[in-house]
Amino acid sequence: MKVVVAVKRVLDYNVKPRVRNDGSGLDLANAKMSMNPFDEIAIEEAVRLKEAGMATEVIAVSCGTTQSQETLRTALAMGADRAILIETDAELQPLSVAKLLKVIVDREAPGVILLGKQAIDDDANQTGQMLAALAGLPQATFASKVSVEGDRLIVAREVDGGEETLSLPMPAVVTSDLRLNEPRYVSLPNIMKAKKKPMETTTPEMLGVDVTPRLQTLRVEEPATRKAGIKVPDVAALLGALRDEAKVL
Amino acid sequence: MAILVIAEHDNRALSAVTLNVIAAASRIDATHIHVLVAGSSARSVADEALKLAGVHTVLLADAPHLEAHIAEHVEATVLTIAKLYSHVLLAASSQGKNLAPRIAAKLDAAQIGDIVEVVDADTFKRPIYAGNAVATVRSVDPIKVLTVRPTAFEALAAQGSSPPASARLEEIAAAVNGNSAQLVGRTLASRDRPELGQAATVVSGGRGLGSSQNFKNVLEPLADKLGAALGASRAAVDAGFAPNDAQVGQTGKIVAPQLYVAVGISGAIQHLAGMKDSKVIVAINKDAEAPIFSVADYGLVGDLFQIVPHMVAGV
Repeated sequence: MKVVVAVKRVLDYNVKPRVRNDGSGLDLANAKMSMNPFDEIAIEEAVRLKEAGMATEVIAVSCGTTQSQETLRTALAMGADRAILIETDAELQPLSVAKLLKVIVDREAPGVILLGKQAIDDDANQTGQMLAALAGLPQATFASKVSVEGDRLIVAREVDGGEETLSLPMPAVVTSDLRLNEPRYVSLPNIMKAKKKPMETTTPEMLGVDVTPRLQTLRVEEPATRKAGIKVPDVAALLGALRDEAKVL
Repeated sequence: MAILVIAEHDNRALSAVTLNVIAAASRIDATHIHVLVAGSSARSVADEALKLAGVHTVLLADAPHLEAHIAEHVEATVLTIAKLYSHVLLAASSQGKNLAPRIAAKLDAAQIGDIVEVVDADTFKRPIYAGNAVATVRSVDPIKVLTVRPTAFEALAAQGSSPPASARLEEIAAAVNGNSAQLVGRTLASRDRPELGQAATVVSGGRGLGSSQNFKNVLEPLADKLGAALGASRAAVDAGFAPNDAQVGQTGKIVAPQLYVAVGISGAIQHLAGMKDSKVIVAINKDAEAPIFSVADYGLVGDLFQIVPHMVAGV
């Protein structure tokens, strides 16, 4: 069974985003970029399925600029077997990415498709669900545990107020939540090995997918800032302020 | 054209977030708001929806296979009617986020997630980068599929107990998706506290609590005293002090209560993203330089293990 994993190159988790003054977007020039943390978890889960003998091949796919090669090399160093870059300089929105991934899914016929539940740049949380719908597949989003039982996938998922477990016929789409696993650190020998693993490059045009954005971003601005309040000396002063000033007690 | 709101419910009662979504719908166009209740033996939910201010028609799709709100089946049901609407709205909850992109993709429409403001019928504001930026986006699709951040829209005042003369109930067919997941089981936390997303007061703990035992013995009494929901930082959840669904932040719950008490939480940007719209923020931390103080209305620097019991005694 093949596993396809989608990965995205995003502004590093530890870098504070800077909004451009002209409202045109984020200032990403020279900023550190990394693999979206949820996608790292997805890759880790795929590699574990392979290590457990459940999967035979892990294929990492990324859609984006040439630089996304770095993200795919990281995926290969983590244990993916080969990579596919769908290269474009165009702005890609979740619907377009889902359409691109569907072409790859149709071609590769994987048993499981893993994605991060959301990317930490646009915080959209859509691509996995859209891919599942377009490919006519069942989905388990926000996964906290994945196992293969016979020809079905058993997934525990995090929902508001608790957890639920789904049983899915394969192929199925799974999106990873934070606590699905802890991704491994990439070792130097594995980074060297990753350089020799195959990476195919294609384009949206070659795949026959129109990626014209449907959403126009008119403006990106800083959120209203909250001004810092006061420090109170003790509990009595705090409770007094909450009662008399803020009137929330 | 009318607007479709997809109700969130447990087949017995309507979830409060649906009221916030209807409020958002009424900002777009209040003239024709329809609410779809898809469930099993969910008539009481539909009756409840009929009584809501601003609702003109309630559609009920009632069938056993809709009991568990499996996205594949609900999507198929929504698609039978979606083209009649200009907008389809859901809550930006775990259920709404699970379902909305499926509907959008099948309609070949982009989805706009987590909207916090309606600019006009095509244009919406939504936070990106964990709330470090706010994007104004315009959709060029004929149907807009939106998820609504519940805390950003105040629920419309409830109407009287009897449905208004104009609101009507219509039953629609429940569609089946032939390739779908099945629910095996569901464990929901007990409801002896207000729900995190809805609570007027939230008491949240961070790594400073040190253990799940302290979470229970130190923090819970304060939450009990304040009638508050319990939240946690990602660090506290990762350390096993609190359950996963208690996480407040970019990838957890977004809350905006009247009072948010952050105890032993340093205030990573991902946490601030989940609570900085609270009305009043109190921070208790031993580190005077902790970033949480930059958003707190009232900060108290000191040992939480002394401060919190004092608060419990004094409230």
